[in-house]
Amino acid sequence: MNEVVKEPLSQVDAAGLRGVSISQLFFEFLTIGATSFGGAVPYLRASLVSKRQWVSDREFVELLSISQSLPGLNATNMAILVGQKLKGASGAAVAVLGICLPGSLLMFAVGVIYRSHGDHAWATGALKGVAAASVGLVLSTVLQLSKRSLEERFDYLFVIMTVLAVNRLHQSVLVTLVAVGFLAILWHRPGRETGQETAR
Amino acid sequence: MNQLPDLARVFAYLSLLTVGGGMAAFPEMQTLTVDVHRWLTAPQLVHLYSVGQLAPGPNMMMIVPIGDWVGGPLGALVVLIAFFGPTALLTFMIGRWWARLENWPWRKSIQQGLAPVSIGLLLAGSFTLAKSAIFGLETAAIAVGVLLILQQTKVNPAALVLGAAVIGVFSFD
Repeated sequence: MNEVVKEPLSQVDAAGLRGVSISQLFFEFLTIGATSFGGAVPYLRASLVSKRQWVSDREFVELLSISQSLPGLNATNMAILVGQKLKGASGAAVAVLGICLPGSLLMFAVGVIYRSHGDHAWATGALKGVAAASVGLVLSTVLQLSKRSLEERFDYLFVIMTVLAVNRLHQSVLVTLVAVGFLAILWHRPGRETGQETAR
Repeated sequence: MNQLPDLARVFAYLSLLTVGGGMAAFPEMQTLTVDVHRWLTAPQLVHLYSVGQLAPGPNMMMIVPIGDWVGGPLGALVVLIAFFGPTALLTFMIGRWWARLENWPWRKSIQQGLAPVSIGLLLAGSFTLAKSAIFGLETAAIAVGVLLILQQTKVNPAALVLGAAVIGVFSFD
């Protein structure tokens, strides 16, 4: 196992070692923000790990798992963490700005067009197709995440409890997140009797 | 009528629910933006979310038009800052500290515990979405088709959504 991740994540060291400038960081994330059609994570990996080598593959996976445990979208959380690692607070700020700018401008324009033309016959047809497809898209993300991170039978129980609380009992997402999250974290408490599964 | 404070409040709150992905906040977003504040209709919300999947970058930029419709360009800006600001700050503050807690045993517990909950929230969100998006055989077939294709191949999801739009133009109405 390499020791790279053990080095202090201090911005001075990281930036000094890698010689990344703020504008390079901004334009890299701006490019990802403008081209990452169909989900940002593969594009982030291709850019940050393969092309720029700003983070190692192991670091990338580590940062991604942190991104998934914290509130916020994976794309923006990754931008924050990588920007912070390379250039501190200003790095995090330009990275998140860069990745958000193209999509937000595009959706602003889409919103204007939708409001004036959204009820045309061809548009309603297209929107029905798009909406149905995005249901398939989310379900596919759910399957993918389940394969990767559901480890035991009780994990499926927590999934079901969460779905029932939100969709059947109409509990707020916040209440559900806190309540079921608390139970699930307790279940996975350190050193519980059933023993830890083999580390992934 | 100045709705900017409401926009800021609602989207800052929603952003804290996006554990695992933007979809996790969708049921609450529907409740707050459609039922409580009546900023848009349920079909409009579903349309915006779905079209948003075609845009590059973070996949929740569909919040921008909601801000614009309610409060003009300034509303769009307020929504963006409210939705991305608090979580960005949180990630900034916790992220580095979290990376250093590699040996803290509860860290693994928290990650293992939150994983099924965030998957459950995404699933709940997709059911809420499906209630408005799936009606009849054609829409169901598109959803299942997209799911199966994504499981079997590495095709870009945005291309599938675009394909479904084309099917939609020719098969509905």
